[in-house]
Amino acid sequence: MEPKCKVELVNITKRFGKVVANDNINLTINGGEVLCLLGENGSGKTTLMNMLSGIYMPDNGHILKNGEEIRIHSPKDAFSHGIGMIHQHFKLVDVLTVAENIVLGLNERGRLDRTAICQRVSEICQKYGFDLDPNSKIYDLSVSQKQTVEIVKVLYRGAEILILDEPTAVLTPQETDRLFDVLRNMRADGKAIILITHKLHEVLAISDKVAVLRKGAYIGTVNTADATAQSLTDMMVGHSVSLNIDRPLPVDPMPRLKIEGLTCVDNLGIKRLDGVSFTAMGGEILGVAGIAGSGQRELLEAITGLYPVQSGSIRFTPKEGAESELVGKTPAQIRKAGVAMAFVPEDRLGMGLVGSMGMTGNMMLRSWKNGRGFLLHRKEPTALATKIMDELEVVTPGISTPVRRLSGGNVQKVLVGREIASSPSVLLTAYAVRGLDINTSYTIYNLLTEQKMQGVAVVYIGEDLDVLLELCDRILVLCGGKVSGIVDARKATKEEIGLLMTQVQGGEVNA
Amino acid sequence: MRNASLPSIRLAKRTDAMNPVFVWLIRLCSIILALLIGSLLLAALGYSPIDTFATIIEGATGSSVYLRQTIKIAVPLLGCALAIAPCFKMRFWNIGAEGQITAGAVGATFFALNFADSMPAYLLLPVMAIAAIVCGGIWALIPAFFKAKWNTNETLFTLMMNYIIIGIVRWLQGGPWENNGPGGKGSQKIAMFGDAAKLPTVLGIHCGWIIILVLTVLMYIYMQHTKQGYEIAVIGDSANTARYAGMNVGKIMMRTMFLSGAISGLVGFIIVSGADHTLSANVAGGVGFTAITVAWLAQLNPFAMIVIASLLAILEKGALTAYRSLNVPATIAEILTGFILLCMLGCEFFVNYRLSVHHRKEG
Repeated sequence: MEPKCKVELVNITKRFGKVVANDNINLTINGGEVLCLLGENGSGKTTLMNMLSGIYMPDNGHILKNGEEIRIHSPKDAFSHGIGMIHQHFKLVDVLTVAENIVLGLNERGRLDRTAICQRVSEICQKYGFDLDPNSKIYDLSVSQKQTVEIVKVLYRGAEILILDEPTAVLTPQETDRLFDVLRNMRADGKAIILITHKLHEVLAISDKVAVLRKGAYIGTVNTADATAQSLTDMMVGHSVSLNIDRPLPVDPMPRLKIEGLTCVDNLGIKRLDGVSFTAMGGEILGVAGIAGSGQRELLEAITGLYPVQSGSIRFTPKEGAESELVGKTPAQIRKAGVAMAFVPEDRLGMGLVGSMGMTGNMMLRSWKNGRGFLLHRKEPTALATKIMDELEVVTPGISTPVRRLSGGNVQKVLVGREIASSPSVLLTAYAVRGLDINTSYTIYNLLTEQKMQGVAVVYIGEDLDVLLELCDRILVLCGGKVSGIVDARKATKEEIGLLMTQVQGGEVNA
Repeated sequence: MRNASLPSIRLAKRTDAMNPVFVWLIRLCSIILALLIGSLLLAALGYSPIDTFATIIEGATGSSVYLRQTIKIAVPLLGCALAIAPCFKMRFWNIGAEGQITAGAVGATFFALNFADSMPAYLLLPVMAIAAIVCGGIWALIPAFFKAKWNTNETLFTLMMNYIIIGIVRWLQGGPWENNGPGGKGSQKIAMFGDAAKLPTVLGIHCGWIIILVLTVLMYIYMQHTKQGYEIAVIGDSANTARYAGMNVGKIMMRTMFLSGAISGLVGFIIVSGADHTLSANVAGGVGFTAITVAWLAQLNPFAMIVIASLLAILEKGALTAYRSLNVPATIAEILTGFILLCMLGCEFFVNYRLSVHHRKEG
């Protein structure tokens, strides 16, 4: 085994304009260790790691490796010192193969020897337990496989220190377990691993040490063995936070959405939804669980009129008024009837928000047609934007600042806030807390529960089973476009749901 | 060993929006820089930059005759840039303005040739304008329709449409519309318009300039303050979001392209009826392409387009004078335009990024 390396960050400070992103941070990471970097959004985790990987340069302070100061001016420098970062957004060329992507940018001399490269890639995969074919094209790979390519790419360059920025944000529970197995193998091999994450149970499961940042300042490092979810949250937030979601019993549940035999086919003829039937009640939160791509997105889009429905019916009963059929209506008509959707896609902006516009412009997305005549009416959206900014504590220089400039949590507050503001009868949310820190996530959970208590039928599509079990009243499990079961969230266990996520038979369909 | 106190230049993306006045100041500086580079080129070629620029300005604005000619160049440029703006805002890369101008000109010419004797001017001119608007609009609608239905590539499609309409005009020139008058046969030229088909002049220039200035204000209002303008902006940012908000993206695309083509068509009408008084295959004369430069340099802001279109017109007109009196190659105008475009695109870097020089302290 190689001698274990050691990297120290000493008094690192980084400013962006007036904002101090990192203030005098000291951090040590040793080989054979997994260090979790924990902090809320905007606490400076990514900035700090970007300095280690050569994307930014610190304004003050040094970086030492094995006691000697190193200067990292570029990602190339970082690689030459054995530091590699796996970013949240993959940087891969879709039309090239895995092996080609791995050697891309290496500029090795001589002929490109594909066989040798593939062999080396296979060796790395075998050593750490990756499952990867070096000859497959990137566009054929799943998200988790693409992540594997990124990790192998870094290992191929001989990295001893690996930085992973929220690697589990895009993975299913099973894929996460597999990733953690690989990380443990790497740790055993003497690599130093830095993990940026929000998810406390993952921190507790994988790491040896936890370093906590808060608002750019270094709070401290603790041994994971001595930490609990509660103690870490308190360090992160700076005051005690209750980790229990308040879940009142549904009051007077009324059927709002009755879905019968909903079937949707994509343009390749594959059934995306297959005979989906369920009822969403007003006054309750219906969770939807499932492996990524099991039909969650199609379900939401079909209800909101964005995805063509092949057969089946969607009967909708608003808070006031008679039952009506939604299939065949346009998205605009469905929204007007009182079905709101807050879908947070992977890039957070692609659907539902306009990045280049301010909060006002984004509020108008719901109401731009209102008012008579040819001209836009800005008064109401402006008032709404101001209201949401105040009530949800959106951190922004002003309501006309492009939302693209806001941090993830604030962007999601704008989105969810706008949908709630339309006082819907049905509120559909998907991945509403994607990438959010604990504090903001709980704000969103509370908002949803508030809506539920007002008689809204809330549908919550989520990834985190722990949250689904704590937040929802019932959980519908999707598997391959079919409903594999609907369970009572107060009684069900994580294992039960995990099982339903992977198999269609055996789940009793009760409501 | 470390290098002692080497100042290093760092780049950082601006997180806060810059003061707009300051932004335009940077852009102004970039134009000045472009002119300085142009001066170096002139000096290297053995011409006095000061004399040349003085002649260019004198030749473009020095007398009312010159000024009128300059404005004549600026009018179609501005009009066409206005036409392109909504498409580009929508990220629909319409590079077919050249063809849309020509199509409009064909529509206007049809009525000018056939009804100049039978219709009074106050009736004929509006009819010609409407014909131009419809023809230009349809010419733009075709690629938009295909894009909306089958997601074809609009850049190639609009470009190809240019060659088709120019080919049609060539055929008209030598065929059905060839001048039948004395000495006309075999000339490959279309007859000059009758007086009823000519735009009246205001302050010595055909009244197209009034139409285009009114259009500038209207386009600003359209883009900033109307529901349709809002739809265009949303689609330009994210078609998915637009769909989600209940917008019919295909329909809006076609509507916007029709509008764009219609304005280009109107420009075509202004050119044939106000300036050329006839139709030729060269009627657009590259305006449709130069207008892309104008629209981009103006950041799709209609009022800024007035400035940019005037600047390019001054260069073009002035360079002709510089050629005549100083023998400076007339193409110098185009070279300068190129420099300005490069410098202005380059200056966007300083709008988006912050540069700072650090002196690293030892210790």
